[in-house]
Amino acid sequence: MTFFVISKVFRIKNMDILSLFVTVPVLTILALVFTKGLKQARIVSMVGSLIQLGMAINLVFAYFKERAINDSIMVFTKNVVWFEQFNIHYAIGVDGISVALLLLTAIVVLAGVFISWKMTDLPKEFFISLLVLSTGVYGFFISIDLFTMFVFYEIAVIPMYLLIGIWGTGPKEYSAMKLTLMLMGASAVLLVGVLGIYFNSNADGGALTFNILEIAQVNIPFEAQKLFFPLTFIGFAVLGALFPFHTWSPDGHASAPTAVSMLHAGVLMKLGGYGVFRVAMYLLPEGAMHWDWFFIILAATGVIYGAFGAIKQKDLKYINAYSSVSHLGMVLFALLMLNKTAWNGAILQSLSHGFMTALFFALIGMIYGRTHTRDITKLGGLLKVIPFISAIYVIAGLASLGLPGFSGFIAEMNIFVGAFQNEGMFYRIATIISVSAIVVTAVYILRVVGIMLMGPVKNEAFLNLPTVTWYEKTGILLLLIPIVAMGVAPLWLSDMILDSLQPFIQRVL
Amino acid sequence: MNFSNFLLMRHEILLLAITLLLLVGEIFIHKNKKGSLVHLAIFLFGIHTAVGFLQIEESSLFGGMFRTNNMIHFFKNVLNIGVFILLLQSAEWLQEKIVNQDRGTEFFILLFSSLLGMYFMISSGDFLMFYIGLELSTLPVAALAAFETSKRISSESGIKLILSAALASGVSLFGISMLYATSGSIYFNEIVEVISASNLTVLGFFLFFAGLAFKISLVPFHFWTADVYEGAPISVASYLSVISKGAAVFILMILMFTIFKPLMHVWENMVYVVAIATMFIGNLFALRQQNMKRFLAFSSIAQAGFILLGLITGTQLGVATIVYFVLIYIFSNLAAFGVVQAISLKTGKENMDDYNGLYRTNPNLSLVMMLALFSLAGIPPVAGFFGKFFLFTAAASKGYYLLVFLAVVNVTISLYYYLLVIRAMFIRKNENPIPFFKNKLYMRLGLLITVVGILVLGLYSPLYDYIYELSSFLN
Repeated sequence: MTFFVISKVFRIKNMDILSLFVTVPVLTILALVFTKGLKQARIVSMVGSLIQLGMAINLVFAYFKERAINDSIMVFTKNVVWFEQFNIHYAIGVDGISVALLLLTAIVVLAGVFISWKMTDLPKEFFISLLVLSTGVYGFFISIDLFTMFVFYEIAVIPMYLLIGIWGTGPKEYSAMKLTLMLMGASAVLLVGVLGIYFNSNADGGALTFNILEIAQVNIPFEAQKLFFPLTFIGFAVLGALFPFHTWSPDGHASAPTAVSMLHAGVLMKLGGYGVFRVAMYLLPEGAMHWDWFFIILAATGVIYGAFGAIKQKDLKYINAYSSVSHLGMVLFALLMLNKTAWNGAILQSLSHGFMTALFFALIGMIYGRTHTRDITKLGGLLKVIPFISAIYVIAGLASLGLPGFSGFIAEMNIFVGAFQNEGMFYRIATIISVSAIVVTAVYILRVVGIMLMGPVKNEAFLNLPTVTWYEKTGILLLLIPIVAMGVAPLWLSDMILDSLQPFIQRVL
Repeated sequence: MNFSNFLLMRHEILLLAITLLLLVGEIFIHKNKKGSLVHLAIFLFGIHTAVGFLQIEESSLFGGMFRTNNMIHFFKNVLNIGVFILLLQSAEWLQEKIVNQDRGTEFFILLFSSLLGMYFMISSGDFLMFYIGLELSTLPVAALAAFETSKRISSESGIKLILSAALASGVSLFGISMLYATSGSIYFNEIVEVISASNLTVLGFFLFFAGLAFKISLVPFHFWTADVYEGAPISVASYLSVISKGAAVFILMILMFTIFKPLMHVWENMVYVVAIATMFIGNLFALRQQNMKRFLAFSSIAQAGFILLGLITGTQLGVATIVYFVLIYIFSNLAAFGVVQAISLKTGKENMDDYNGLYRTNPNLSLVMMLALFSLAGIPPVAGFFGKFFLFTAAASKGYYLLVFLAVVNVTISLYYYLLVIRAMFIRKNENPIPFFKNKLYMRLGLLITVVGILVLGLYSPLYDYIYELSSFLN
């Protein structure tokens, strides 16, 4: 009902549909400033995130409708001059890829709010930081101006410091500092890349511009592409956990509170892949061709390294964080394979991993909240004591190792079919190495399931663990439904994505 | 020369009048109500600041010694706003510590005559006026630095400042004399016609540059900074790091972009090296500082290094970005110093460890500090980000990508130590935290203005457009 009303309201002025994605969280934050105590704070954030989800669902339908009559690269575009001297605009617009990622974000944020239902320490500040982060992410996905995009990118990263530092566990100060410095360092490198693109955007005689669509019409000189592609690529890919710049990720995730891990692994890390695709590869195609081999080696290393890393870990969060390195390595790998099927797979993998890893972290948070340990050697027989959580964990695990019927299968299938289409010994070897990570994935998932869920109950205290509460169930269901939906009916999503890949194919291939 | 010509010197005359008025006013203030002198000063200076915004014609006086145009006028207004905020923030300190000892008038006289010196320095049309302005702006500050006579460290900082300042202005004067020797004139508009890159001119320019580099505390002329800031009263440290630095940047920029423009191929390389050295040394030394004043001192050295990224361009874009950055820097740094001042006044604590757990007891002050530090670190959406981004854009427009790269490396380093303060305030716990206290109205107003500035200046783009328009005086 809510969705219906919202869609009715927003259909009236379709053009502002995107700016709302930034204004609604900002308004929610302003409302949060005036709340007192946990109860008010969580209700306000829930309502805000619910509206956001309604808007995201509405956007999907609106997008299909608009796409039928409008075949420009971006739809719902809006362009307001901001800094005239630099030709900086507040320019927004979406294609199928960003619509899908916006939906992912809205779902994960809402689930995150539910999972933090009992956040007792400084609740107001917690939800505000969480929503600042989500504002940055939403803004990033709707931007088609490099400057705006960069602004939102940094807005998304910086709240992580407080979120991990204040509400985290373990060596939180160290992890928070490491994560923030590495990501902000990456964004600093990115800044040089962005400026490089900007000052070459007049190569065809036009004006300097930050607008992605306009730059995509320009043939940037090869020398500049060669210089700025690695800067832009690394700038974004650090957020996508590119080996060897992934080290912030395991520490950061392990120390972060549950909802933050979810949001970070589920959504924030997707900014990396998206940025690599939309900015580095789309705007600097010849640079991408030139550096392709180098980054394929790094990405493939990340895929296999992350998988093996996960095998050796005992801490549940570390296992999941390394598995994220592996899965997101696959996204970068697929993007660099430079063909349509692989790209489609990369985006599906982004979405699928977003839901799955958020679900994993939510479950880990619940297990930790009950047993007060994340060490799998101290856990055992959980299936007997907390059956609901354990069963969902098994499902998430199966989805993660690519079982048909879940989202992971569709994504990895596309990636490797696409990757094998590339001729040449180098691509073949890289693909074979990456494919083998799937087997390793099965090993570490089944290992955890075996040790932690099966067998006898290891600790007497585990016998009377509290059951799952309604808000935890809601959070879980929110994330589980899309995983299954993507696995069972992937076509509507693929349609949306394949359509939007067309401009990339024209520009890059 | 008629009366309307004198209106061109409106800023100077009005400020002088205020100073004299305060001097006379003290006589009429009752002994038990000495504190009201501060109200009077803030009120008068507020009027002065407001009047400053009236339009002014472009012209020159005294045969070209004193000149004014919209840009110079804007500079003075920026300085006025800074000093006004500074007065608001130090009102409580003045009332409690200074006015009661019958030294309030001295403080205002010294402060305002230093500001007057800066006006003359910015407006100068020849090297004589420039030098008088430079001296007038520096010498009173040395007395101000030693103002807390009960503290030895304060006197020490005064001595340090006056000795280094004397050396610096001496060197600068030597440079000016060489320029005079080669060009045969001290008027800027005559020098610009005959200047050429002869060895003596270049040497003269370098010496002249050194004098101003001292005021901006560029490496290697930065040694005085941390010691003086630490010893001086916080208001004075704040004045040195914000107003004094801002004025020196303005005049340096004007001179380098006009009369020294023909030497650009020489000073480009020098600025390049100095920029890198200043950023790295400022940042690396800031990493380990515990005292908040020393911390902010090194941070302000590093910020000066960023300013040089705009200076190296020599274009209108460079001018606009520098002025914009300095404006934002004034607000951000004043906010940071304001919080340090408020806490130091109430508790006497000035170390970073004392700030542990500040958010739990004084959330508002912590938030102001956080915004200020984010702005200094250059994190969107606060103003500092826009200032830095545009400076980098200006440098990149000339193809200095390596310099921009080194600068962004420095941004990351600086982020580390700014986050240390945020860590102390928000994350660390403290057995014995700074207790909750309420600030007086003036302090709150002073902090509020800075916060509004930090939040609005970046997002409000017409301001930048306006500054860019003003920068056209170069052409």
